[in-house]
Amino acid sequence: MKRHLISAADLSRADALLILDTAEELAQLADRPIKKLPTLRGRTVVNLFYEDSTRTRISFEAAAKRLSADVINFSAKGSSVAKGESLKDTALTLEAMGADAVVIRHPASGAAHRLAGWVRGSVLNAGDGTHEHPTQALLDAFTIRRRLMPGHRGPRRGPRGGTGGRVAPPFAGGSGGSPPRVNTALDGIRVTIVGDVLHSRVARSNVLLLSTLGAEVTLAAPPTLLPLAVGSWPCAVSYDLDSELPKSDVVMMLRVQQERMSAAYFPSVREYSRRYGLDTARMARLPDHAIVMHPGPMNRGVEIAAEVADSSRSTIVEQVANGVTTRMAVLYLLLGGTEFPAVTE
Amino acid sequence: MTASGPATTGGRGTAPDRWLIRGVTVAGYGGREGGTADILLSGGSIAAIETGLNHSGAHVLDADGLIALPGLVDLHTHLREPGREDAETVETGTAAAALGGYTAVHAMANTDPVADTAGVVEQVWRLGRAAGHCDVQPVGAVTAGLAGVRLAELGTMADSAARVRVFSDDGRCVADPLLMRRALEYVKAFDGVIAQHAQEPRLTEGAQVNEGEMSASLGLAGWPAVAEEAIIARDCLLAAHVGSALHICHVSTAGSAEIIRWAKSKGWPVTAEVTPHHLLLTDELASGYDPVFKVNPPLRTSADVVELRRALADGTIDCVATDHAPHPVEAKESEWAEAAFGMTGLETALRVVQEAMVDTGLLDWAGVADRMSIRPATIGRLAGHGIPLEAGAPANLTLYDPASPPAAVASAGASKSRNTPFAGLNLPGRVVATFLRGTPTVLDGKLA
Repeated sequence: MKRHLISAADLSRADALLILDTAEELAQLADRPIKKLPTLRGRTVVNLFYEDSTRTRISFEAAAKRLSADVINFSAKGSSVAKGESLKDTALTLEAMGADAVVIRHPASGAAHRLAGWVRGSVLNAGDGTHEHPTQALLDAFTIRRRLMPGHRGPRRGPRGGTGGRVAPPFAGGSGGSPPRVNTALDGIRVTIVGDVLHSRVARSNVLLLSTLGAEVTLAAPPTLLPLAVGSWPCAVSYDLDSELPKSDVVMMLRVQQERMSAAYFPSVREYSRRYGLDTARMARLPDHAIVMHPGPMNRGVEIAAEVADSSRSTIVEQVANGVTTRMAVLYLLLGGTEFPAVTE
Repeated sequence: MTASGPATTGGRGTAPDRWLIRGVTVAGYGGREGGTADILLSGGSIAAIETGLNHSGAHVLDADGLIALPGLVDLHTHLREPGREDAETVETGTAAAALGGYTAVHAMANTDPVADTAGVVEQVWRLGRAAGHCDVQPVGAVTAGLAGVRLAELGTMADSAARVRVFSDDGRCVADPLLMRRALEYVKAFDGVIAQHAQEPRLTEGAQVNEGEMSASLGLAGWPAVAEEAIIARDCLLAAHVGSALHICHVSTAGSAEIIRWAKSKGWPVTAEVTPHHLLLTDELASGYDPVFKVNPPLRTSADVVELRRALADGTIDCVATDHAPHPVEAKESEWAEAAFGMTGLETALRVVQEAMVDTGLLDWAGVADRMSIRPATIGRLAGHGIPLEAGAPANLTLYDPASPPAAVASAGASKSRNTPFAGLNLPGRVVATFLRGTPTVLDGKLA
């Protein structure tokens, strides 16, 4: 793996599987009374948040703390310029404090990229503008795999094809409850991502990561909310959500910002909801096994009906829990923590 | 020339204003290919161009292997003074110009205060005369404060000591079609030209990079080609309608070139420029989010670069203009969206043109003289510049060594700013000397 995680494109299939498998092992921690490992003891992780995002910040904070890292939260609302200090100066400050990893959330696309040029530690992109949010894609892939991929016992029982070169994590071992789905990608899973793709860092990262893992991704959105050059992406495109639903294993709904309406991306929230919102009637068109995802925070009644969000198909709460374990895996692998003690004893 | 640089001799007894440039290849001399001759400069003019000239009493510059071009003229320079002397001053900007082979630059109006009155344009003009590295011809703003609401006092600027003929709100588009029509009409009274920064503002709100594959994957707001082309099409029609001279700044798309080609085929009074960076670089350079590649209009695709080169070669695009836009370090050491638009270009323009146009066989050196000196001077209504090298012409000339092996461009030069997108790139050629009215401003690649 590279030293930083800035784009889902940085991850090879083997890298992505290693993260998912590591997360699978760590997930078992969550069921134990003491949820902490000493792996990153003495290491410092800085959460550098330039945007309000309680859920992502808390998720990274919990992940780092469960690995025993020291966590510094640095919140700077608004742009760096508004704050009076440049991103570079903030980076140099963090560098002087000896940050081993910087988790950055920033309103400007490319901010994580820039930061990586100014600090020696690892940079984790926790969402940069309308560019990417790779750990969201990883936790989404993890959630899909848990829900939809048949359980595998891991390398010892023979992996599914196409994952060559992967090295099993040193702590890969037995399982407590649910069977680990190690070394399994998402080949053939059909994922439909719905909504404001143009401004969505979640969509960009998911298109890249899910296609790397073998899923067949379709974007369903009004043409105004798709990038003009979307044809160059590794996915299909549809303007008609209804025709996509019966062939979807996963429907991922994106948050729609109200302010897009004033910029004429669509005529009204009601019309958007009518054409692209996931209500119970649309949900009924999904295959029985299909799941409904949302990165949160949701606009209930806009892109997703409350009944759908709260249904058994919905993985929205699971995604939050999976976020912590996936981010633990990323921190562990990027920081090359000390050897894991066996998670299961 | 010798490897160590031009051999200048002289000293006691030589007239300080007489230079003999020996054995230089003069672009366009004795045929399209150019021929080798000696050039004698005396009293600010070219006294003679012949072979075997007598050099008694003159400084001698052995120019074997060098090419002589009429002094380069830039139609589009941001000197930043007054207002942003931290980025550039007239002194440092004109020094950079001379080192790039320029003998005249047009100073854009978006200073602080804006060059929208006779007072400001005369100040810039005087600063240029004091600096002495090259002539500075101020450009006046089209609208007061570049606000796009009412016309600046164009006639007063034209009548001032700065004799302004080129008017531009560059940095912003004169987007109001009625105001643009009025401006075009009004400057006919004093043979003016409106230089349009073609950018439809509504189509480019928050725009950061060329709209296409790169903007899609980088998650940066797209700057669509149509936002430039729509304004160019509109303004060509307006220029034809009122019979006034229109100049298009920094043409950046294949579609723009096609529209200008069409307008010219109608005989309409339209001229256009292209920047060195749009002749060489593409939007893929934005992939690392380094704002040194952030410029307005943005870097486009390789298909655009190919068409821009073709349009410059066939004369559809009249000239190369640098859009030299210096910025202090902190304006570029930031997130992409926060960073300033613009690149420096004066010191590298001729080398880029050799790389993009000459070494590719698209333009010969006579063509370079036309696109970088003669035509821009004509468009700018600039007296004493852009005159082909011949006896009696002003002694404004540039000596260039095209055979100088490709060398990496340094980020630091005479410009106060370092935002060159070419830093580290291997470019051929070297400006050896620049003469302004017979006096060297640059010798052996250094300020004289």
